[in-house]
Amino acid sequence: MSRVRVLVGTRKGAFVLTSDGKRDRWDVSGPHFGGWEIYHLKGSPADPNRLYASQSSGWFGQVIQRSNDGGKTWESAGNKFVYDGPTGTHLWYDGTPHPWGFARVWHLEPSLSDPDTVYAGVEDAALFRTTDGGQSWQELPGLRNHASASSWQPGAGGMCLHTILLDPSQPGRMFIAISAAGAFRSDDAGKTWRPVNRGLKSEGIPDPTAEVGHCVHRIAMHRSRPGVLFMQKHWDVMRSDDAGESWREVSGNLPTDFGFPIDVHAHEPETIYVVPIKSDSEHYPPEGKLRVYRSRTGGNEWEALTKGLPQSHCYVNVLRDAMSVDTLDPCGVYFGTTGGQVYASADAGDTWAPIVRDLPAVVSVEVQTLP
Amino acid sequence: MIRVVLPAHLRTLARVDGEVKVAVEGPVTLRAVLDALEAGYPMLRGTIRDHVTLQRRPFLRFFACEQDLSLEPPDTPLPDAVVAGAEPFLVVGAMAGG
Repeated sequence: MSRVRVLVGTRKGAFVLTSDGKRDRWDVSGPHFGGWEIYHLKGSPADPNRLYASQSSGWFGQVIQRSNDGGKTWESAGNKFVYDGPTGTHLWYDGTPHPWGFARVWHLEPSLSDPDTVYAGVEDAALFRTTDGGQSWQELPGLRNHASASSWQPGAGGMCLHTILLDPSQPGRMFIAISAAGAFRSDDAGKTWRPVNRGLKSEGIPDPTAEVGHCVHRIAMHRSRPGVLFMQKHWDVMRSDDAGESWREVSGNLPTDFGFPIDVHAHEPETIYVVPIKSDSEHYPPEGKLRVYRSRTGGNEWEALTKGLPQSHCYVNVLRDAMSVDTLDPCGVYFGTTGGQVYASADAGDTWAPIVRDLPAVVSVEVQTLP
Repeated sequence: MIRVVLPAHLRTLARVDGEVKVAVEGPVTLRAVLDALEAGYPMLRGTIRDHVTLQRRPFLRFFACEQDLSLEPPDTPLPDAVVAGAEPFLVVGAMAGG
């Protein structure tokens, strides 16, 4: 019978939650790396027991951890992230030039085919890659050397490269997103990049054709249809049907189109999920009701999913990397909150139950479906 | 052998309990002790000093024999009591944050 492993990164450690395919009883392992911020953990699609974790601390900096047994044991890997060549400057919050500086790894994206190859999205925004299982990391400098990079500015959380999508149908094509520069696409395995932000409209950017400067919070794709992308922008839920060449808004009847995560049903490429948040200055759900919204039409028409979620006095946030889906049937949907709850739905969002209620603030949630 | 006391999180990372002992050849300086520490425990590289500049991370400080050595040049000799193993070299994390 299939199993599910949920990898949870929190402000104070990592947790591994496991269940059988019914997804109603869970074993909880952790905290791993207690006291450290775990921005992200993710397993290799090519070897599900190979996991990578980004462990960081304001005192001790960046550490990368690797597991070869599904998270039972861990070993520290290489943590040397050095930009390739002169770093130059980007813009600071006040619009003045600010030197590029490494802060932490936000997102780890293992290769679809090689367990030893992993991409790392870092703050200040850059893309790194290891091909030796995390022992050494090299920057793919074409992104940071893009002609627009000196005009990039950080979002409130820092200038982070937080999303990495690998196109399963076209080796070499990948998408990344940076707050607050926008989305970028490479068609040559990360050597060169170009912004793919046409159609995004952002408050505070008067030029409607601005190439960069958009605060993209998250992008998602379905493996069977990688040319279709869904985006949760700072405000606005967006959709592209041409691999990012153009975007159109699909916020439709959402109660608010601000939010962080967005994800796609494992078996229905037109079914997508978001968690509307009241505003960018009030990072909690509208009306104190924690609601996942599902669209079965690829956007525009949304339904609130509330069964099992708190519908009063709930003021948590759901961060950009804190939602994921499994590949069982029916599809499981998972998300974690800044209040330390990890909610799971084993019926594609119709009903929800907490797996755990009292973890540290959840930063990331990834799910592995295991044989 | 030079005795080194690490903050709890770095002891966990290095998988050690209590003090660490490192051998230093030549003059026992700040730099030499940290070099020896990182050679013996490679997972500590980058967590005490920057990988490239080798500058002390901002929220850490170095102490020995009740002296704050944090701002001393890297080639500063450590006190005789540290060299003799009578006193430890302390890597201390700032008591700040949440």
